[in-house]
Amino acid sequence: MRQLLILSGKGGTGKTTIASAFIKLLNAKVYADCDVDAPNLHLVMNQSTVPKRTDFYGLPKAEINRDLCLQCGLCEQYCRFDAIQIDEEGCYEVQYYECEGCGVCEAICPVEAVSLQPAIAGDLMLYVDDTVFSTAQLRIGAGNSGLLVTEVKNKMKSVDIDAELAIIDGSPGIGCPVIASLSGVDMVLIVAEPSISGLSDMERIIKTAEGFQLKIAVCTNKYDSNIEITEKIEAWCREMGLPYAGRIPFDSQAVKAVNNGLSVVDVDCPAGRAVKDVFRRTIKILDA
Amino acid sequence: MKIAVLSGKGGTGKTLISVNMAAVLQKSVYIDCDVEEPNGHLFFKPVDVRSEKVSVKIPVADDNLCNGCRKCVDFCKYNALVYVNDRLMVFEDICHSCGGCVLLCPERALSERDKVIGEVRGGVSENVTIISGVLNTGEVSGTPIIKELISRISREERPVIIDCPPGSACIVMESIKDADYCILVAEPTLFGVHNLDMVCELVRLFDKPYGVIVNKCMDGENPAEEYCVKNGIRILGKIPYDEELGRLNSNGLIAAWVESKRYRELFKSLYQKVAGEVQA
Repeated sequence: MRQLLILSGKGGTGKTTIASAFIKLLNAKVYADCDVDAPNLHLVMNQSTVPKRTDFYGLPKAEINRDLCLQCGLCEQYCRFDAIQIDEEGCYEVQYYECEGCGVCEAICPVEAVSLQPAIAGDLMLYVDDTVFSTAQLRIGAGNSGLLVTEVKNKMKSVDIDAELAIIDGSPGIGCPVIASLSGVDMVLIVAEPSISGLSDMERIIKTAEGFQLKIAVCTNKYDSNIEITEKIEAWCREMGLPYAGRIPFDSQAVKAVNNGLSVVDVDCPAGRAVKDVFRRTIKILDA
Repeated sequence: MKIAVLSGKGGTGKTLISVNMAAVLQKSVYIDCDVEEPNGHLFFKPVDVRSEKVSVKIPVADDNLCNGCRKCVDFCKYNALVYVNDRLMVFEDICHSCGGCVLLCPERALSERDKVIGEVRGGVSENVTIISGVLNTGEVSGTPIIKELISRISREERPVIIDCPPGSACIVMESIKDADYCILVAEPTLFGVHNLDMVCELVRLFDKPYGVIVNKCMDGENPAEEYCVKNGIRILGKIPYDEELGRLNSNGLIAAWVESKRYRELFKSLYQKVAGEVQA
């Protein structure tokens, strides 16, 4: 099974709108939402089944047993994350959200007052009927988003189903969840936005993706909001030798479709027609 | 006063609002904590830019001293160390720089070196001091850069606007840590509401006073506004979907600094509302 990942660098360029349309157009049997920090794909996929939920354990969190603690302060001194502080009662205490579960405090404590406790960092959801849809939600303020993304993809591949191509919706940025989502995919489609910010972010995500062995193509969403920059994006792609999958206009009907829990290709509108063209070209580039 | 501007969803207008709010003040500091995709500098085009590298500590093994006991390998919770072919290997990208391996090595075979992951750039544009964090491409975590940015404003007297990364994970939490007030920017869409709900949970968790600005409002339904009303959340303002504002912004221009007074007044009144909330 091949994998097509949708990324953008900048947020809000239309990744989920395009991913959900691709899933419809391909009649995809397998798909996933790797934007674990702000997953939205499930809002437009209208799943009829109840997902199988599993807890995602991230790194453990330290805990100090006050009855054993000698107040020597070694844990505070050696913690690199400022995760150990003195509370109002003058006792050492672990700051849950600062702790990265490294275990230095546990190792340095002379009286075994510190222990590492398992901690849930997210929820995995797997919908299985005639299709497989894997998604997850990272808990508020949690780290380990890269590990959770890897788990989402593992769950997606865990169901034995005959599928040629999986569609994966990615997250904004260039950091750990994005890097985790890039691993093992065959192609990434970058959804660019014609703005000074969008251009800069597109260049940074492409630079990041180039470190992986995969095909990269670009499309521009809301292209008519700034034609000059759209042309700059296209010129830049030509210069870099990157295949271009097309332009999609700004379309208030697309916004309405999403607000009604529909995909942009479910309604007959200019953006929907353009997305169909982008889809056809993307598949062509993937097959080339 | 430190004001953080955040949103669960990307592309709602955090940078638009942060940049323009900083721009309408007599003196202000703009901090770009979206280190993965920093864009504020594209608007301010700061001068007198000074960069400082940000680095993290990475362990290095002295092969002559390492006896292959693997204590460090067993200790590392991130699986960043492996011992193969009689050598200790370090996977730099997954190392969290906790220093545990160096601390535990009985042979003192491990030491640390600095690995540059990005930089902090400070500059000036008119009345605004701009400090941006930039994560190098291919690097996994921008948290150390955000910590450095936040430490720079700990004693700042001028109003500070903190432009945050999208989402509600650890990097956002780090960015709002010192904030006196949080502005949540929402989009009037189904996605926007779902992500607004998450970011509301984050600011409540950290006990931050907050209010919502709904951006790109169009005629008709406004799910974000409905959400706020239903949940008793303060709406600081609504910015209509505006092609002219969109055009200025997409060209990297600061709307509040261009001739039309309209945008200047808009962002000034938004700031005054927030300032009023903080003093209340």
